Amino acid sequence: MTDSDVVIRVEGLGKSYALHHETSERYTALRDQMARQAKAAGRLLNPFTLAGQLRKAQRQTTEASEEEFWALKDVSFEIRRGERVGIIGRNGAGKSTLLKILSRITEPTTGRVEIRGRVASLLEVGTGFHPELTGRENIYLNGAILGMTRREIRAKFEEIVDFAEVEKFLDTPVKRYSSGMYVRLAFAVAAHLEPEILVVDEVLAVGDASFQKKCLGKMEDVSDKNKRTVLFVSHNMAAIKRLCDYCLLLADGRLSLQESSEKAISAYNNQNLMPRQELEKRSDREGSGLAKFCNAEISQVESNANIVQAGIAAHISILIKPSSSFGEKERKAKISIGIDNSEGQRITHLSTESLGAVFKVNPGPHPTKLNFIWDPFPLIPGTYSVTLFLQISEDVSDWVIDAFRFEVIETDFYGSGKLPPTGQGLFYPLYSIK
Amino acid sequence: MSAAISARRSNTSRDPRQQWLLLEPNRIEKQYWKDLWRYRELFVILAWRDIAVRYKQTFIGVAWALIRPFLTMVVFTVVFGRLAKLPTEGEAPYAILVFAAMLPWQFFSTALSSCSDSLISNANLLTKVYFPRLIVPAAAVIASFVDFLISFIILAGLMLWFQWWPSWRLLTLPLWVSVAFAASMGIGLWLASLNVQYRDFRYVVPFLVQFGLYVSPVGFSSAIVPANWQLLYAINPMVGVIEGFRWAIIGQGALINPLGFWLSMGITALLLFTGIRQFRRMEKRFADVI
Repeated sequence: MTDSDVVIRVEGLGKSYALHHETSERYTALRDQMARQAKAAGRLLNPFTLAGQLRKAQRQTTEASEEEFWALKDVSFEIRRGERVGIIGRNGAGKSTLLKILSRITEPTTGRVEIRGRVASLLEVGTGFHPELTGRENIYLNGAILGMTRREIRAKFEEIVDFAEVEKFLDTPVKRYSSGMYVRLAFAVAAHLEPEILVVDEVLAVGDASFQKKCLGKMEDVSDKNKRTVLFVSHNMAAIKRLCDYCLLLADGRLSLQESSEKAISAYNNQNLMPRQELEKRSDREGSGLAKFCNAEISQVESNANIVQAGIAAHISILIKPSSSFGEKERKAKISIGIDNSEGQRITHLSTESLGAVFKVNPGPHPTKLNFIWDPFPLIPGTYSVTLFLQISEDVSDWVIDAFRFEVIETDFYGSGKLPPTGQGLFYPLYSIK
Repeated sequence: MSAAISARRSNTSRDPRQQWLLLEPNRIEKQYWKDLWRYRELFVILAWRDIAVRYKQTFIGVAWALIRPFLTMVVFTVVFGRLAKLPTEGEAPYAILVFAAMLPWQFFSTALSSCSDSLISNANLLTKVYFPRLIVPAAAVIASFVDFLISFIILAGLMLWFQWWPSWRLLTLPLWVSVAFAASMGIGLWLASLNVQYRDFRYVVPFLVQFGLYVSPVGFSSAIVPANWQLLYAINPMVGVIEGFRWAIIGQGALINPLGFWLSMGITALLLFTGIRQFRRMEKRFADVI
């Protein structure tokens, strides 16, 4: 590998946003601006204004305007021709900002980026599509938006239509397309652009499993055969693992790791699963506090806490600590566990009450332990968030949303030697065929 | 180091696939106009999109481009010509006097509205893809330009009806068209870029257009404006444009106040220049604030 293989070189890249633009409304009303200036002027004109107050006022205005948020800070890396690179990190880690800078939508605040070749981003579903225009017209429109010339589009037209499987609907306005057709067409146009650098941002979240597979295949193709570089942002670790040679892991706007996909993903999982704070010390909770959750996790035999796989038993163990006002006697309690997927959808719910189980919290300084045994564990791969709820004698004692998170990794659930398809439902049912 | 590297690399090849692109704070400046040329196809296609979409799912379609100016012309001719009995210029029928002004005015007002709205209505593009942002408002103006060309049919019809033969001056029309273009683009760019940051301008534009109709000589001849008001009056850039149109179409007898006319032209040029500068200055932040 020589220097000439480098297609993206990023040095000390940073991007800051002024925070007052990022409040509830992003655009300002002129009135606010004028009011602010009038206020400042008023302070100056007021004959009773003391010099000290004036200085204070000035300091306040400068402080307010200097309040900034670094979405990216001091990021440096190099990417070579033909590499497929995953960019991962929690929401708000700076992934989108990095992509926006690389695709020139926004300017960096500090540092520099050198790019060799055209950068094209695979847009969100149908960005740049006009609903009133037909599929055919939108291919030209979208191609031009992505930087293709009409001649290039014409040359690739048949291929694009074939790939998207929309021949029959070419002259139908895309507003009558199903969302699947929409995505297919959008991806097809971008995939045939053949840029030197293709940026793919979470676009595969939609579309059915077979099309996702086709897209991944196309991206592999593009980078293997034509030596194109692919930057792939996703929360879908299975796709990242399959596609990417290595990953950049971002955390709070900084590049925290540049490693093989496997290592980066496990670092990401650890980072993602690491509670922001110990459960016991969290203050974002509700309830009387008579007794509180002090620890909770999900585990399996021979696995790290909070990383599990489907098909075998999982244990959710919960520790509950009584407060000083709890009293001397044990008390009956009800516990519920809500499980949400990464899209915030409640997947399922476990509770002592549903099973008719009686559970008592013991008094005294030592926490009471409770184990939910979930066998076999059925959830599909992904990141999940757990909400805990404790009720003692009809009063809410403790209620913690997003108490902890866990990751379900891919597995051969049915023992058939194949991974079950992804993107098909939320859990694996137990069934047999006769 | 940056200067040395970019100089060396920019020499290597003219092929965009091989060229190094350097992104730095405040860097875009230098490659902007080159990019504008490189993205010319996008400009064509965006303009085509705006035109194609304009009359989709309407019953009478493009006929709207004829009906609106025609009806306005009829009303103005009746109100100003018949009821108020305002004088025409030279021998020209009042309908032609009105329509010669209606042409650039309709163009100006639709171009201004769509230009100032263009960035916001394309916000999804601005936040997702890079291209020189100037393309968007320019394409919006071009789309209104097509309506403008279509309404020339009415002018031709009127001229036939009134047996009014144009002189050689009609050949200067492209010049006046480009002045109208510059005026709507200049003001449009100001409004478009301010609109991104301050949505107040969304409410300013309809008002501006309505107000402008009264302070521009659309329904009447400039000649009826008192002499000592002429200069103040000519600050309105559309005054110069409309007078130019009348001079070209009506020919003999059309009145132009030379000082006011040049003032109008100067202000148009100033607006265009500052509009582009303002737009370029705010452009970098569009994607962040829109």
